[in-house]
Formats: sequence, C-alpha cells, structure tokens
Amino acid sequence: MSSNTEGRKPTHFVAPPEDTPLAEIDTVSIDEKPSNLWRDAWRDLRVRPMFWISAALILLVSTAALFPYLFTLTPPNSECFLSNSNGGPTDGHPLGFTKLGCDVYSRIIHGASTSISVGFIVVFITTVLGLLAGSISGFYGGWLDAVISRIGDIFFSIPYILAAVVVMSVLSAYRSVWVISLAIGLFAWPVVARVLRSEILRVKASDFVTAAEALGVSRFKILVQHVLPNSIAPVIVITTISLASAIVAEATLSFLGVGLPSTTMSWGNDISAAQVDLRTNPQTLIYPSIALSITVFAFIMLGEVLRDALDPKARALR
Amino acid sequence: MARYILWRVLQAIPVLIGTTFLIYFMVFAMPGNPLLALFGDRTPNPALLERLEEQYHLNEPFLVQYWYYLSGIFQGDFGTSFTGEPTTEILARTFPVTIRLAVLALIIQGVLGILVGLVSGLRKGKFFDSSALAVSLLLISLPIFVIAFLAQYVFGIELGWARTTVGSGAPWADLILPAFVLASVSFAQIVRLTRASVIETKSLDFVRTAYGKGLGRNRVVPVHILRNSLIPVTTYLGTDFGVLLVGATVTEGIFNVPGVGRTLFQAILRGEGPTVVSFVTVMVLIYLVVNLVIDLLYAVLDPRIRYVK
Repeated sequence: MSSNTEGRKPTHFVAPPEDTPLAEIDTVSIDEKPSNLWRDAWRDLRVRPMFWISAALILLVSTAALFPYLFTLTPPNSECFLSNSNGGPTDGHPLGFTKLGCDVYSRIIHGASTSISVGFIVVFITTVLGLLAGSISGFYGGWLDAVISRIGDIFFSIPYILAAVVVMSVLSAYRSVWVISLAIGLFAWPVVARVLRSEILRVKASDFVTAAEALGVSRFKILVQHVLPNSIAPVIVITTISLASAIVAEATLSFLGVGLPSTTMSWGNDISAAQVDLRTNPQTLIYPSIALSITVFAFIMLGEVLRDALDPKARALR
Repeated sequence: MARYILWRVLQAIPVLIGTTFLIYFMVFAMPGNPLLALFGDRTPNPALLERLEEQYHLNEPFLVQYWYYLSGIFQGDFGTSFTGEPTTEILARTFPVTIRLAVLALIIQGVLGILVGLVSGLRKGKFFDSSALAVSLLLISLPIFVIAFLAQYVFGIELGWARTTVGSGAPWADLILPAFVLASVSFAQIVRLTRASVIETKSLDFVRTAYGKGLGRNRVVPVHILRNSLIPVTTYLGTDFGVLLVGATVTEGIFNVPGVGRTLFQAILRGEGPTVVSFVTVMVLIYLVVNLVIDLLYAVLDPRIRYVK
C-alpha cells in the first residue's frame, strides 16, 4: 500500500479506488461486453429446464423431419399388407399397423416433415407480411397506418380455420404443403403486425430515436437500425407460438379432409383415417395424436420461456 | 353513449364489407365453371348453359356479381345448400343447438377457469399453482380433435359415463361432454388471465386495508380480490363467446351435435363448395355481430371504455 502512495501528487485527497475495498465491488471492466436484452435473456434461459426440454424436443422432431431414415428403415407407404390391418405391435413394428396395414411408427416419423415444413413456411410468410405491415403502419403512421390496420382487421376477423377451409375448398385441385401454408399464413399475419405495430409505437417515443433524428440519421436507417431491433422481442415470442398453431391448423384441416391429399404423409391425415376405428383400435389414432401434441407442446413451451426471458413483466408473475 | 354506438357500428361496416368481399373473391377465383358441376359427366346444352349463366349473373363482371351477392346478404339471402334448402332455414334449425352448446361451454370454462386461476394466484409458486400451469400448458398443446377423441374414448367408451355422440334433439345431458371439450381450449387462457390479475390485485393497497380492518380471508378473497380481478376475465369471456359460436365445427362434427358447426363439417366432408362458403360467410357475420354487441355491452357496463378511442 505504501508503495502505491509514494510519489503521488498532494492534490489527491480521495483514496484511489484500487486502494479501497470498493475496488472489488465496483470494478467496471471496460473489456466486458455490455449487457443487453438478448444477453440477459440467454442468462435467464440457460438455467431453465423447460427451455432445454423444449429445445431438445424440437431438435428431435426436426431431425426426424430432415432425416427420417435415421429413425426407421420401414417405408411408410409401400410394404403395407392388408393381412396386418389394424394389427398390434410386432417385432420391428413397435406401434402396430394402420387399417391399411402400414407401419404406424414409420408413418409417424415420416409425417414429421409435413408438420415442421408447414410450421416454418407459415412462420416465414407471417413474419415477412407482419414485419412489412407492422413497421409501415407503426413507424410511418398516417393514412397508410389506417389502411393497413383496417386490412389487417378484415383478415383478423375471419376465424382462421374457417378462412383456411374456404381457401382450401377453392384450391382443392392444388393441395400441397405450400398451398396449405399459404392458406394459413394469409390469415395469421395480422397478429404479428399488430404486436409489432404497438411495440414500434412504444419504441418510437424513446430518447434514442429522438437522438438519432437529431443527428440527422435517415428515417429508414432509424427504423432498421434502432427501432426494429428494439421491438422485435415480442414478435419472436408470438412467432414461436404461431408456429405451434400453424401445425395444429394443418392437422385440423387435414383432419377435416380439406388439408393435404391423403397420399401425403401427415399426422392429421392419419388421425382422420383412424377415427372410424376408435372403438376397436384406438392406438392407431392415439400414437399420431401423441406425436402431434408433443411437437405443438415443444413450440408452445419454447414460446412461453422466451416470453418470460424477454419480458421482465412476465418474469414477475413466475 | 349514442355517439360511441354510432362510431363503433360505423367502424364495423368496412370490416363486414371487406370480409364478404374477401370470401366472395376467393370463390370467384375458384377454377372451373360451377354450372358444369350440375351436369356431371354430360355435356350441357349450350343454350341452357347460357340461360343459367344469365339467371345466376355469371356472365357479369366480378364487381357486379359481388354487388348481387352483397345485396342478397342484406336481404337475408345467404344462398341454398346442395339439397335445395335455404341456408337461413338450416340456420334456424341448427343455430339454437350451437347456442346452447356455446353457453354450456362458456359456463364450464368460466367457473372452472376462474376458480383454478384464483387459487393459483393466491398460492403463487406453490404446488397447486405449478401443477395448474402445467395442466393448462398441456391443454393448449392438445389440438381440439385430439381432446375430443380422448374424451370420447375415456368417458364414452372406457368409463361409459357419457354417450359418445349426441342424440336427436340434443338433450342437455348429451351436450355436457362436448361442452367440456369445447371449454378446454380457452380454459388455460382464463386460468392465466385470472391468475395474473389476482396476483396483481392482492398486493394493492385496498386489499391490505381490508385485512388491516380485521376482515377475514373469507370476505377479502371473494369480495375484494376476486371481484376486482375479474375485469380482464369477463372481457375475454365475452369475446370468446363469439369464438365458441363459430369455432365448434370440429367438436360438433366429432360428437355429432346437430348444430351449425356439424352442418359445415358435413358440407366440407362432402365437398359442397358453395354450401361451405355460404356457411362460412354466415359464421363470420355472426362472429362480427356478436363481437360488436359485446363491445357495446361493455361500453354500457364500463363508462371508461366510451371515452377511450
């Protein structure tokens, strides 16, 4: 200590921080990266088991969707023998057979890609439309806001399963994963746009936006560099949850018979086909239902933990 | 008040016109000539085809056709089903059943959801709270047709407590199981809303004052906490009534409830495009009108809403 004070100018009348106990409490490392919303969120997320469970489930289902043959070598559509119709589990066919004698387990694994692709395509469509509509109406406002919000109201006020039913009946000749995703996405984007719009309205009033304006940053640059990054968090939450609802919507439409053609592997189609045998052979209905529910559960749970992590107000309720 | 009603009704008009326009546009864009379907595999007489086109205004431009369709709606003409029965007559027959089912579901989800949410909120972080949250998360994740089949299988087939399908005339007793299934969708949302609201209310000053005055929990919880926590929940229940009225398609189809939803469900299964469209239009209109009425009711109940634009 004495060596430290040696040779110091007498003008110092406050002990230098490195000489006081404060040094340990108050150290500010300049090299440390500044804390922000995302860093805090990650710190919050990584200790929550719910996050890891949902992430693991999503990884599992996505792997099954991308590489089904990692999980089963039984083809889902060929090698179906009517002699196996509604048969129970046998060696190599752990979940038994469907009415047409196809392997239930294999059909579930191969059905994953349909649900996952519909989910992601719908999210892509709703995010693009929602970002465009939400940022224009929230950031630029004025008559554009009025027009876009009313258009959003129109799409929003048609319950979206009913709307998708109409679109799919109209396009009955062109049923595919892309068309069904379009039908769902077309009516799901107003939710994203509304959330983003109200968030942008909140962020727009911040001091840093005024500061950027004062510095002469262009409107577009303010939107992209300052406003959007600060209002995107709730959009991510709502997007994760809407991915789950898109998967449910596809299954429901396929279940109703206006979704994917029965030749396409889909959990909804399998559940629909199995419903007549509920009394005698419930397992062909229950296994695809479990697969569907677990997938939906994983995305909803991820959305929930993301909401908790990104929204301090939600954290208080925990 | 009158100004608010006028403003709210005026605001609903563009949405009404927009939704019907959207639905009509989708149908108009439908590939193929709808008249050809009437003839099956036979080639129709061109003169007859022309006359039919004239009769149904199919040779007019899109906007004119839409105008005929819109004015038909305002005159109560929603078209006819494939069997020739006017949509309005089918509605008169089926809508009462749907209303009964929706009311039953609303009561079930309201009572159960508020009770569970209240107890959860009062015991935040305890065992009951976490298990209620887990159950509600699970219920949100189960698609409605999965819940319906599970209920049919467990309560109808295994336990034999209820009939798996609704009998003719739809007696109240048969509607209980489908109503529970229908209620399960929003149950989680109501639990969460009530819980969040109770947690917020129970830390407010007037609750502390009530306890400070020496009132017991038996009075503070129902009168001070619950009543003041219910505002967001009743709002949600109101809008959910509209959803229940039109969202019962799958449930009604599975349980064979003779309501609007099942009629739509069967029309979808039979591929009757025009019937589907006219029913969807009617349901969207019902949904919008119910929402409008509920909004207006709130303005009557809560004067604050009238001044918030």
